[in-house]
Amino acid sequence: MANTLVIFRREFQAYFSTPLAYVFIVIFLGLTGALTFYMGNFFGRGQADLQSFFFFHPWLYLFLIPAVTMRLWAEERKSGTIEVLMTLPISTTQAVVGKVLAAWAFVAAAVALTFPVWITVNYLGDPDNGVIVAGYVGSILMAGAYLAIGACASALTRNQVIAFVVAAALCFLFLTSGLEIVLAFFRGWAPVFFVDVIASMSFLTHFANIAKGVIDLKDLIFFASVIGFALFVNVAIVEFRKGA
Amino acid sequence: MIAISDLTKRFGAITAVDGVSMKVARGEVLGFLGPNGAGKSTTMRMVTGYLPPTAGTIEVCGHDVAADPIAARRHIGYLPEGAPLYGDMSTIDYLTFIAQARGFTREAASPLIQRAVATVELEGVLHQPIDTLSKGFKRRVGLAQAMLHDPEVLILDEPTDGLDPNQKRQVRSLIRDMSPDKAIVISTHILEEVEAVCTRAVIIAAGRVVFDGSPAELRRRSTHHNAVTIRLGAELATEAKSQIEQMAEVARVEVAEPEHGTTTLVAVPHDGRPIVHEVSERVRSAGLAVNELFAERGELDEVFYRLTVGH
Repeated sequence: MANTLVIFRREFQAYFSTPLAYVFIVIFLGLTGALTFYMGNFFGRGQADLQSFFFFHPWLYLFLIPAVTMRLWAEERKSGTIEVLMTLPISTTQAVVGKVLAAWAFVAAAVALTFPVWITVNYLGDPDNGVIVAGYVGSILMAGAYLAIGACASALTRNQVIAFVVAAALCFLFLTSGLEIVLAFFRGWAPVFFVDVIASMSFLTHFANIAKGVIDLKDLIFFASVIGFALFVNVAIVEFRKGA
Repeated sequence: MIAISDLTKRFGAITAVDGVSMKVARGEVLGFLGPNGAGKSTTMRMVTGYLPPTAGTIEVCGHDVAADPIAARRHIGYLPEGAPLYGDMSTIDYLTFIAQARGFTREAASPLIQRAVATVELEGVLHQPIDTLSKGFKRRVGLAQAMLHDPEVLILDEPTDGLDPNQKRQVRSLIRDMSPDKAIVISTHILEEVEAVCTRAVIIAAGRVVFDGSPAELRRRSTHHNAVTIRLGAELATEAKSQIEQMAEVARVEVAEPEHGTTTLVAVPHDGRPIVHEVSERVRSAGLAVNELFAERGELDEVFYRLTVGH
């Protein structure tokens, strides 16, 4: 635990020691604002809720989260510092968890900085704040799943661009697996239960449930198991690819 | 302190390290030599637990590196090849991170960091980002990282690579100063470095140990160890050659082409026995006027070449 915390602190500070953190936060806030108010038609809907705000989160995360995770392992591998890190008396699991938690804390901080939109909606109307809290919880949970997948992709390579592209592609699969565009591809030949399995892996469906204010245990378990499984794969990749 | 037995590492079809066995005791500074790609770094990576061996075992301070890597790593300080560092951190932040990752609290780490910083003279750059430091400073930050927790075993992969002559001297004297209570392994391409700091030299070529002995023994392997070089006027060369060749102690005499009217002869002894007295006696009694006469110590790079390529 103490070791994980040491890694966590270093990684978290690493975001702020480069312009990455500031660029990310500014762009994230700018895009969420623009999408909510223009594309989401926040005012025109005349509803005191943040549906139009949360609606865009899965799509924003699709390319912003891989940008956060791409450096996690690829940079260590490229610079050779992975050799220092992995010969410290720290287990691979502790390092993996520390890194993902640091990225998660950073993204959570960026999400928390969208609070003005919450203040706005409370000023303009009388929203159900429970639903909004659920939306935030769901958004951060989903971010965790994206991050864990992105960290895996980063562990695969020493090239950060490849890490970004692979992470974005994997996240895209998880994101859209519930949509007809993906399901139609399988429906022709795959058995029904298989199509159902694919459909049930969709971040979009699970997040939509939570963002509506329905915190269902199965949605929580879904995101938690995606994160857990991705961390497990991450440890395996780091161990396996150490020499390469 | 370090016991390696039958260590083998294969990468696919390539055997990088092939049945290496050795022991390193406290107080020893082992110079690990070999051409590029001989398996030096791979061996060091396995000893530090970074790479898992394909076969064989490694014990560090009584801990099996494969079975109990974390316990073994506590006793090891490691400077990887090229001294990789987190460039976005400042020197002090980096060393603090390393100390904490090694389980020291901020308070316990502070004196350790101070000591390491003083030893490698980093006081001036403590708050500078590592990316902005010169190569020499970076290497020293790497060394500070490796010795921070006063480990019993130090593994340094090319610790003086890229340093200027003064910095090399400094690092070598640092290694010598630390050596009495540690087992130190350094890898290097610089043969003189082995004589300057090491108590023992191990040469590997194509993954196998081809020499294990003291640096002096390494020199004795040279064909020119204790050979006597004589420089004299070109007109005296034939006379000198025949005089020296008659000596029982001399195996053969090599004659170089004359340069500016001076010829160089090298009298090579049998089995590297010292013959400088006998030869100088002979030259004097023959009444030959020589410009120079001295005993060779033998060329290390010649020995290195024969051991690593000649095989």
